[in-house]
Amino acid sequence: MTPRLASLARGRRKHWLQFAAIVVIFAVAAWGASLLLERMVAPAPQQQSAPAPAAPAANVPHIIATLYYGTPDGQALASVKREVPLGEGPRAQGRQILQSELEAAPPPYVSLIPPGTTLRAFYITERGDAFVDLSPEVSTMHPGGSTNELLTVYAIVNAVTGNLTSVERVQILIDGKQADTLAGHVDLRRPFERDTSLVREAKGTR
Amino acid sequence: MYDGSRLRTAGLCVIAVVLVLASGPHAQGTAPASPLTLVTRDGRRPLPTTILNNQEFIALDDLASMFQLTVREDALAGGVTISYKGRTIVASADQPMASVNGRVVTMPAPVARIGRRLFVPIDFIARAVAPIYDSPIDLRRASRLLVVGNIRVARVVVRIDAAGPPTRASVEVTPALLVSSMFDAGRVLVRVEADMLDVAPPPAPAGLIDQIQATNQTTIIAFALNARAATPRVSTTTTTESTRVTIEIPPGAPAQETSAAPPPPPAPPPLGTLPAAPPAAEVVTPLPGQRTARLQTMVIDPGHGGDDAGVRGSKGALEKQVTLEVSRRLKSLIETRLGVRVVMTRDDDRAVSPDGRDAIANNSKADLFLSVHVNGAPAPAMKGAEVYYLRLDRAGEDARRSTAASELVLPAVGGGTRPIDVIRWDLAQASHVDNSSRFASMLEEELEKHTPMGPRPLQQAPIRVLSGVNMPAALVEIAYLTNAQQEQAVQSAEFQGGVAQAIFDAIVRFRAFLEAPATP
Repeated sequence: MTPRLASLARGRRKHWLQFAAIVVIFAVAAWGASLLLERMVAPAPQQQSAPAPAAPAANVPHIIATLYYGTPDGQALASVKREVPLGEGPRAQGRQILQSELEAAPPPYVSLIPPGTTLRAFYITERGDAFVDLSPEVSTMHPGGSTNELLTVYAIVNAVTGNLTSVERVQILIDGKQADTLAGHVDLRRPFERDTSLVREAKGTR
Repeated sequence: MYDGSRLRTAGLCVIAVVLVLASGPHAQGTAPASPLTLVTRDGRRPLPTTILNNQEFIALDDLASMFQLTVREDALAGGVTISYKGRTIVASADQPMASVNGRVVTMPAPVARIGRRLFVPIDFIARAVAPIYDSPIDLRRASRLLVVGNIRVARVVVRIDAAGPPTRASVEVTPALLVSSMFDAGRVLVRVEADMLDVAPPPAPAGLIDQIQATNQTTIIAFALNARAATPRVSTTTTTESTRVTIEIPPGAPAQETSAAPPPPPAPPPLGTLPAAPPAAEVVTPLPGQRTARLQTMVIDPGHGGDDAGVRGSKGALEKQVTLEVSRRLKSLIETRLGVRVVMTRDDDRAVSPDGRDAIANNSKADLFLSVHVNGAPAPAMKGAEVYYLRLDRAGEDARRSTAASELVLPAVGGGTRPIDVIRWDLAQASHVDNSSRFASMLEEELEKHTPMGPRPLQQAPIRVLSGVNMPAALVEIAYLTNAQQEQAVQSAEFQGGVAQAIFDAIVRFRAFLEAPATP
C-alpha cells in the first residue's frame, strides 16, 4: 500500500469511529429517555425486599392510608399514615393497600408479615366481608408465637377495615384455601372484625 | 420325783394364770368422753374403748377383726398369743409387757378381762401391733385418731394472734403441705391438701371473726367474717416442717352513726353445722365435706410438636421441646400431689392437629384444659409470661345462642329416650368462657409470683386450640423465646420447675373454686 492509500484508510477508520460513538450516545440517550417515560406513565414497581418502599411517582394519584406495623419494642401495632396509589373502587383500592401493607416496614417500625408473602387475590362480598388471599409464605415463613400471630393478623385486618369503609370483616385465606392458623395459635377459620386494642398510635405521615 | 415336781409347777402356773385372768378388773369399764376414730382409705368409723383403772383399753377381738389378727389364750405361756402372717406377739397377763417378735416392750397395763372378753391398753396398738403390721399405724391420742395405711393426716392448729382490728389469725399445718385459700361471700376458706385433718380445738372467735369451723370432718377450715370486715389479706409461708397461713382482716369503712343510717350490710352466710352442736334454727350453708372430685381429669397440651417446631430461639432452643418438658413436670406435680388424672395431648415429639388436641380433651371428658406454649415477638426486647383465654366473636356469640337451644332426643339403651345437647365442635368452648376467664386470672396471679409477666399478661383472643374444648380452658405462654435471656432461662430446670409450680398453684385454686359452695 502507498503512503496516500494508507492515509485514506486511517481517515475512513476515524470517520467510522466517530460515527459509532455518535450511534452509541444516541442509543444510551434513547434508553434513558424510554426509562424516564416508563416511570412517568407506570406506577412505582413493588420492592418487597427493600427496607423502605419507593414512594409513588409524583404524577400518580394516591391516597393517604393507615397501615400497621410493629412498634420498635415489638409490643403493639403502630398505625402509620402512608401514601398508597389510588385504586378505582374498593376492590382495587384494597389491593393497593394490602400490597403496601405487605412491604417491609419503614424504620423504626418492625415488619409483621413474613418477607416473600404476596397477595394472591382480594375481593369483597356484598355483605361487607373481605377475603384476603395470601401466598403460603405468610404461614411457612412465620416466626410463630401468639403475640407475633395476633400482630400479623390484626395488621392485615385493621389495614383493610380501617381504610375501606365498606368492609366490616376480613377473612384471611392462605394459598386460596381456608386455613386453621398462621403458625398454630390464632383461629383463621372465621372472619375478623376490626380490633384496635393492640394499636399504639403513631403520629406523622411517611 | 422330778416329773412330779414339774407337773406340780405347771399346774400351779395354770392356776395362777387362770386366777390372774379371772381376778382382772372386776368392775365394768366406763366409756371415754369420745370414742377413738379409725381412719383408713375406706373411710372412718368409731372404735369403742373403755376406761379401766384410769387406763384406756380396747377389746382384743375388735383389734383382731380390724387387723386380721389371730388371738389365742395361752395358759402355759401365761398370757395371750397374737399372730399376724407368721409374726407373733405374746402379751403377759400379769406383767405390763409384751414380747413382739421376740423383743420385749413395756405396756401401761397387762392384758385385762371383762366378762369373757380380753382387753389391751390402746398403746398396745402402737407398741405391739404396729411393729408387725404391713401398713403404717399411727395412734394420735390427742386427737383420738387411729390412722391405718398411707394416709396424709395433717395436724392443724388454728390461732387468733390478734383480735384487733385488724384481726389476725393463723392456721399452722404440720407437716408442710400444700394449702390454698379463697375469700368467698364473707368467708375465708383454707383448704389443706391432705386426706384428712387432725384439728386441735379452735379458739373462740374474736375481733372481726364471727365463727371458726375447723373439724376433722373436712379438709377445709372456714372463718366467717364480721360484716364490718374489709377484704382480708391471706399469705402462706412454708418451712421444712410446717405450712403457716396468716389471715389479716382489716376493718371496713366505719358506719355512719346517724338515725338515718342505712341498715348494715347482710351478715355473711353462717358456717356449716358442726357435728357436735348443730345450730337450732339458723339457715345454714353447708360447707363442702370431703373432696367432691369435680376436677377429676385434666388435659395438658404441650404446644406444637413434630414438623411444627413453634418458635425458634436465636441460639437454637425449640418451642416444641420446652413445652413438652414443662408439661411433663406439671403432669408429675398434679398426679403426685393432687391425685388428679392427667392426659397429655402428646407425650413425645409428634405433630397433633388442633382438632386432634381438642378431641383428646373432649373424649377424655376432662374438667380442665391447659395449652402450654413459649411466645415469639417481632422485637427481641419483649419478655415475660402471658395467659390467654378464648374471645368469641359476634358470629360465635350468635352461634352459641342458637346451639344452646339445640337438643336431640335419641333412643336410649334399654328403651326410652334421652335428650342430647348438640354443641358445634368449633364452639364447644362458648359455654365455659366465664370459668376459663377465672382460671386464666388465677394463672396470671400465680405466674406473677414466679416469673416476670409480659406487657399484656392476661388477654382474650381467638385462640384456635381453645375454641373446640368443652371445658374451662386457657393457654399460657411461659416466656419469649425471641428474647435471648429468656431463651436461656426456659431451658433450665429451675425456671421450668418454677413455672410448673405456679401453674400447679393456679390449678389448686381453681379446684377450690369449683368445689366451693355456691354463694346463696
